[in-house]
Amino acid sequence: MAAFAAGSYRPSPGRGASPGFRFTLYAILAIVLMFLDQRRGWLEQARYYLSAAAYPLQLAVNSPTAAWRWTEQIFETRATLEAENAVLRQRDRALELRSQRFEALARENGELRGLRDALPPVADHWIVAEVVNVELNSLRQRVLINRGARNGIFKGQAVMDSQGLLGQTMHVGPWSAEVILLTDPEHAVPVQIERTGVRTIAVGTGDNQSLALPYLQANADVKPGDLLVTSGLGGVFPQGYPVARVTEVRHDAVQPSAQVRAKPLAQLDKLHEVMLVWFRPDHPAAPIGLAGGSTIGSNLTTGNPDFQPQAVAARSTGGQPGPSKAASAKAASAKATASTAARTKAAPAKAAPAKTKSKSKSKSGESKPEGAQKPSGAGPAAGTAPAGTAPAGTAPAGTAPAGTAAPETHP
Amino acid sequence: MSVRQSEPRGRMLLTALVALILSVLPLPHWLAVARPAFLVLTVLYWSIAAPRAGGLTLGFASGLALDVFRGAVLGQHALALTTITYVAVREHQKIRSKPAFQQAIIVFAALAVYEFILFAIDGWSGHPLTSPLRWVHTVTGAIVWPLATAVLERSHSPR
Repeated sequence: MAAFAAGSYRPSPGRGASPGFRFTLYAILAIVLMFLDQRRGWLEQARYYLSAAAYPLQLAVNSPTAAWRWTEQIFETRATLEAENAVLRQRDRALELRSQRFEALARENGELRGLRDALPPVADHWIVAEVVNVELNSLRQRVLINRGARNGIFKGQAVMDSQGLLGQTMHVGPWSAEVILLTDPEHAVPVQIERTGVRTIAVGTGDNQSLALPYLQANADVKPGDLLVTSGLGGVFPQGYPVARVTEVRHDAVQPSAQVRAKPLAQLDKLHEVMLVWFRPDHPAAPIGLAGGSTIGSNLTTGNPDFQPQAVAARSTGGQPGPSKAASAKAASAKATASTAARTKAAPAKAAPAKTKSKSKSKSGESKPEGAQKPSGAGPAAGTAPAGTAPAGTAPAGTAPAGTAAPETHP
Repeated sequence: MSVRQSEPRGRMLLTALVALILSVLPLPHWLAVARPAFLVLTVLYWSIAAPRAGGLTLGFASGLALDVFRGAVLGQHALALTTITYVAVREHQKIRSKPAFQQAIIVFAALAVYEFILFAIDGWSGHPLTSPLRWVHTVTGAIVWPLATAVLERSHSPR
């Protein structure tokens, strides 16, 4: 012990180890922790409890903001509320009008796919979470939300707002969850250009108003104004949800790929409330697990926080930037076939609000007979059913085995 | 700096908690980037002023707390903070006898080492963050150091 006592420090009597010894101990401990944490999942449980411990403090930090919002609401005048109400009515009417034909179209689509009934919407249900106003990391695009595993949130769950995609959950605690936004430099989302069906990957830039499309070839058909929708690959987001709009395309003679920027549709700068969405695993538009194959895709939608393999899905889209992404980009663009284009049309382009609408409808009316008709072996059914749909390599698009499998409804 | 304080531990934990809150307080982006690493400064202060009371354990625990709050790889901040705490504890007498300006320079160096360790681990663990903005807090941290010591000194010897 004395050998470690270095410098001017004199170990006090009765206080055991010297700083050198303790430093070695703590350093080794920290390194071991890092290794365990990198082998994903080994420390998930510890992280879960630690984030529970951190949550009260985060709430305390958030409380001034929350109190401010609350007082703002209290003192809102009648006139403001009436004006807001009028706007909402207007919007409601517009959405109703837009979704009137939806039922008929959904049925028609189902018939075209050879099903007896209309497909239920891919989004099964969702909950609203509030953003806890806490600084996580000023240089990364992360936010904390006030829902966690106790609300059924799981790792790698899609987070959206009414305009489009926001990101996905990253660390989940019992009452809170950390969300990585689309624009985080470590986040990548597989998308396709809605107009042409070309698939590529949108990568965050660290700026909350901009996404980059680094894997588009220089001669790719893309122009400003193009809508990017999720392509359904990658195992987290289902197919056809709006992500961003292309703002800038630069063709640089020396670069083999076009320099394309897009602006996310979701309101990333005014984050207050977000939606966490559960998707039907057996829907043809459901997320398709790319890397690990079927298991990822099937676990994703079960809403079980214990299914930590989702970490793989989250990391494989977000984590390693290098070769895996490039490879999947290649695979993605290779698969831009006719069936893709058809699929793209099936999901209305600017349908975020319309979709939300239909979701709520089906939730009340449609989904019950569906559920009754099928074998409702909830958990395990979800595990097996999408295995048929999921072999990502072969036929991601139109195969629709949904007629046989169980669309499970979460309470 | 009265080191012969009977038991500064309560104060130590309290100031560490306040520093932690200060470091997760939501701020506008430009301000957040320049925000000094308050908890790191506090830990440094205590390891210089009262190396026996907190020292490495305080450093490690605070680092772990930062890991949890920052959503980083567990152990990242812990390792970085333990390292600079060790140096501070070892050299606390030399640092303590320096005038404020020189102390600030030493603190700057310590913060730079701290940030470099974080940077390296970010790279190794596959979450690289190369923005030069991440180094800004080392400068602001050194600038607020004299102020921070004044406040913290007051906290453990009120009169």
